[in-house]
Amino acid sequence: MVALTINGEHVKVPGGTSIMDAAKEVHINIPHLCYLEGLEPYGACRVCVVEVEGERRLIPSCIREVSEGMKVHTHSARVRHARRMLIELLLANHPEDCFTCERNQKCELLKLAYEICVGDVRFEGEKPSFELDETSPSIIRDPNKCVLCGRCIRVCHDVQTVRVIGFANRGPETKVVTLLENGLGNVECTNCGQCIHVCPVGAIKERSCVDEVWTALEDPKKHVVVQEAPAIRAALGEELGLPVGTLVAGKMHAALKRLGFDVVFDTNFAADLTIMEEGNELVGRITGKIKKPLPQFTSCSPGWIKFMEHFYPELMENVSTCKSPQQMFGPLSKTYYAEKTGIDPEKVVSVSVMPCTAKKFEAQRAEMTDSGYQDVDYVLTTRELARMIKEAGIDFLTLPDEPAEPLMGMYTGAATIFGATGGVMEAALRTAYKLVTGRELESLDIKPVRGMDGVKTATVDVDGLEVKVAVAHGLGNARKLLNETKAGKSPYHFIEIMACPGGCVGGGGQPYGFDMAARAIRGEVLYKEDKELTLRRSHENPSIKKVYDDFLGKPLGKKSHKLLHTKYTKREMT
Amino acid sequence: MERILLKDVDIPNLCEIDVYIDSGGYKALEKALKMTPKEVIEEVKRSRLVGRGGAAFPTGLKWEFTRKEKDEPKFLVCNADEGEPGTFKDRVLMKNNPHLLVEAMVIGGYAIGANKGVIYIRGEYFEEIGRLNKAIKEAREKGYIGEGILGSGFSYELQVYRGAGAYVCGEESALFESLEGGRGCARERPPFPAQYGFMGKPTAINNVETLCNVPAIINNGGEWYSRIGSPASPGTKFFCLSGHVNKPGVYELPTGITLRELIEEYGGGVKGEFKASLPGGVSSSLVTDTDVKLDYKSVADAGSMLGSGAVIVINSSTSIVDVAKSCIEFFVRESCGQCVPCREGTRRANEILGRFAGGKGKVEDIDLLLELGEVMYDTARCGLGQAAMNATISAIKMFKDEFMGRVES
Ligand SMILES: Cc1cc2nc3c(=O)[nH]c(=O)nc-3n(C[C@H](O)[C@H](O)[C@H](O)COP(=O)(O)O)c2cc1C
Ligand code: SF4
Ligand code: SF4
Ligand code: SF4
Repeated sequence: MVALTINGEHVKVPGGTSIMDAAKEVHINIPHLCYLEGLEPYGACRVCVVEVEGERRLIPSCIREVSEGMKVHTHSARVRHARRMLIELLLANHPEDCFTCERNQKCELLKLAYEICVGDVRFEGEKPSFELDETSPSIIRDPNKCVLCGRCIRVCHDVQTVRVIGFANRGPETKVVTLLENGLGNVECTNCGQCIHVCPVGAIKERSCVDEVWTALEDPKKHVVVQEAPAIRAALGEELGLPVGTLVAGKMHAALKRLGFDVVFDTNFAADLTIMEEGNELVGRITGKIKKPLPQFTSCSPGWIKFMEHFYPELMENVSTCKSPQQMFGPLSKTYYAEKTGIDPEKVVSVSVMPCTAKKFEAQRAEMTDSGYQDVDYVLTTRELARMIKEAGIDFLTLPDEPAEPLMGMYTGAATIFGATGGVMEAALRTAYKLVTGRELESLDIKPVRGMDGVKTATVDVDGLEVKVAVAHGLGNARKLLNETKAGKSPYHFIEIMACPGGCVGGGGQPYGFDMAARAIRGEVLYKEDKELTLRRSHENPSIKKVYDDFLGKPLGKKSHKLLHTKYTKREMT
Repeated sequence: MERILLKDVDIPNLCEIDVYIDSGGYKALEKALKMTPKEVIEEVKRSRLVGRGGAAFPTGLKWEFTRKEKDEPKFLVCNADEGEPGTFKDRVLMKNNPHLLVEAMVIGGYAIGANKGVIYIRGEYFEEIGRLNKAIKEAREKGYIGEGILGSGFSYELQVYRGAGAYVCGEESALFESLEGGRGCARERPPFPAQYGFMGKPTAINNVETLCNVPAIINNGGEWYSRIGSPASPGTKFFCLSGHVNKPGVYELPTGITLRELIEEYGGGVKGEFKASLPGGVSSSLVTDTDVKLDYKSVADAGSMLGSGAVIVINSSTSIVDVAKSCIEFFVRESCGQCVPCREGTRRANEILGRFAGGKGKVEDIDLLLELGEVMYDTARCGLGQAAMNATISAIKMFKDEFMGRVES
């Protein structure tokens, strides 16, 4: 242990602790901008500087480790003065469009400026005029707002290991670029949107389709249907004044109806459907009926799929051919639902609400037109839906709980846990067990695949067959399992991969922040809902039985293959 | 005047190894290899040689720190980036006497326990790169580089690496980043190069001129060296005299000669009337006293720094505002762009100074510049940002009326 004093208070912390972390022990939060918990410290904004007795200059507290006998002053006049000026410098050439900025009320730079009492910006800085990067269907980057904190680069490199953005140039020309400035849409970007979460300002945002959805809702000739992913119900409340960990499934359905959607379904229905297809596929691969390699990888995370197509195309055959729940729902809304109701599918506008920026990309993939139309027309993120609810003046907190339309809205506990890392695996095992043994899996909670460990593994006894499974969330974690598989050394039968840390509850479209604790809580909310639901196995869902009886036939059948399964494309490396 | 490093430069074909050996070259290496590495370091410590690259850190101590580190392998890196405006001294050495640097690099490697040395050289120094490569090849052929040098147990490889052309890459930690193939951006310290340098390994990094003193120290003893020039920082120093002098150029002179002596006796006097000088180039503060002794301590006592010895002379017909403006312009361009105080501070200062230069200054901006300078010194990550405002601050403090004269009325 290292003993030091901070603002005169004695404190002992383990060696290697940063001054910033040590200060927390004496109830001091040191302001910072480029530092973010969960990422390597970078030490470039200098906002976290402190005074250390005996040092000639101020010391960045995020990156400097404590040493024995150190005397630290975190808020001396010299420190406060320097901090103010640093923020003043950042504000001097920052575009002044805070009113209309995506980050209005959620901007870390503005918050800092307020908290450290920047009273005046005395510099008249020349405003930058960089071109926006609008090449991606999911994400827009505005280098003019960028404060060059490097967080996006660190998350993309160190956490996601995608490494498509980096700093270029020096001095005033310094900026975050993609390779050859080709733009995010033309490089290996997975559209995971983790960079959005870590950006302290409005320099990275999703490509919004709020206006397009409003237009469709207001068009009397259109019939607008909506589906919401499992993870929305665990996070939407946070955007609307409720604490983290509030389940808002009923209010969410109620709000969507009031926004004017003609029918409110639920992606959870499609998640149950995914399990039927994917569970059967797994059993087929294990029994040898399907001549495809093991382990089988899940396919419901479009960020992971694009990552695979770029970085691991040799594993393409291992990936389940099942579309993601969003993309299973899409074609059904324009075929099954249209047929049932006699609505011209041409008039159906299929909207989804997703925790995910990659889903915007996925909806636009050329092959996602099996209904004869674009299967999913618009993808809203959790944040976009929250803004629509606010814009419509809906008092979310007082809304009653309302159910989704059962035809494509009824769901089981297995579907709802899709939103948390390990959930797809757990759901699939519940059904696969039944498929293999003809009996129901008694103990439904498969705890080893839950929680926030980067890679989780379990072995499930299926009538004497040891089914080995693994789960990874975050693409950096996924690489471990992928490399093992590539080397032919994977002991697993089934592997779940989610592009985002925490799974979909931490998707790029969720409430801002890179807070793993919050993501864990959202996941727990979904496990709680699962526990409370009477039906917890996908094959028990009456609406699923109905869709097979009335329309699809059987899992992996001809119609399923046409509407619910897909192919992948090897993508070039730039 | 006594010259140590340029002692033999007038010998024709000194770049060739035989000529270098005939004039006493590689004797120091032979001697050093018969000493223990610790003895070599002690000798250098006794000489009280300090770094000539800017920071004036005691060379012997730097070597000792690196030697003491447990981690392996260790590296010796020579900083030959020489990107500071008005500095061209290392070039003179490498061009005229490349073997001197090669010999010093082998001795240094032996002293710190490194089996590999790298010379990071400014990209535009084409001729010098060629000469160094040739010298290394010759030295290898003669057994001064390679396995078991001169029958000792010491093996050493030496390589020249061409820099990518940014001034900040001369900053030691940015230099390592650049050597490793990254962007030339300074690292946070600690850890210092002695613990975490090139490839994250213990590294001693020295300037060309610093290293070139070592053979003479080994040959003649540290004691001998310590009696040359100014006692506080002994030896000779290369002064790159430029600006308003009649005979600009590189002069190797004992430390401690006065600015006046340098200008009058070597530089042929001031062109026009003397106003001020930047004794350590654009990163240093102005001095107006020509009696200041040119050694590290005395110049620091006078409120400036000797740096790498780029002495810029400014005459009385030059506007100090313009001097400050051109200094800061350089830093705007050369900031690595990493930390806020330097990236943003330099360009804001440049905008303000631009207004003064155009006669549109604001009174309140004078204090703002001083304040900015303090914060940049206090918070910038590396020497570039810390020193970028030195010229401006000293200009305001010494010639405030010139700034007032440029205030918009
Ligand atoms: C911005 C900046 C540029 C520098 N450029 C050089 C350079 O070109 N050559 C050099 O030897 N030292 C340069 N230095 C100093 C080095 O960081 C380092 O102190 C020096 O190489 C150590 O060698 P020495 O102890 O022999 O002086 C620079 C420092 C800074 C802050
Ligand atoms: S969306 Fe994901 S992959 Fe793309 S740049 Fe951002 S972090 Fe990297
Ligand atoms: S885009 Fe955002 S996260 Fe990335 S460097 Fe700029 S401000 Fe930081
Ligand atoms: S002070 Fe300037 S050059 Fe040095 S690290 Fe900061 S931005 Fe880069």
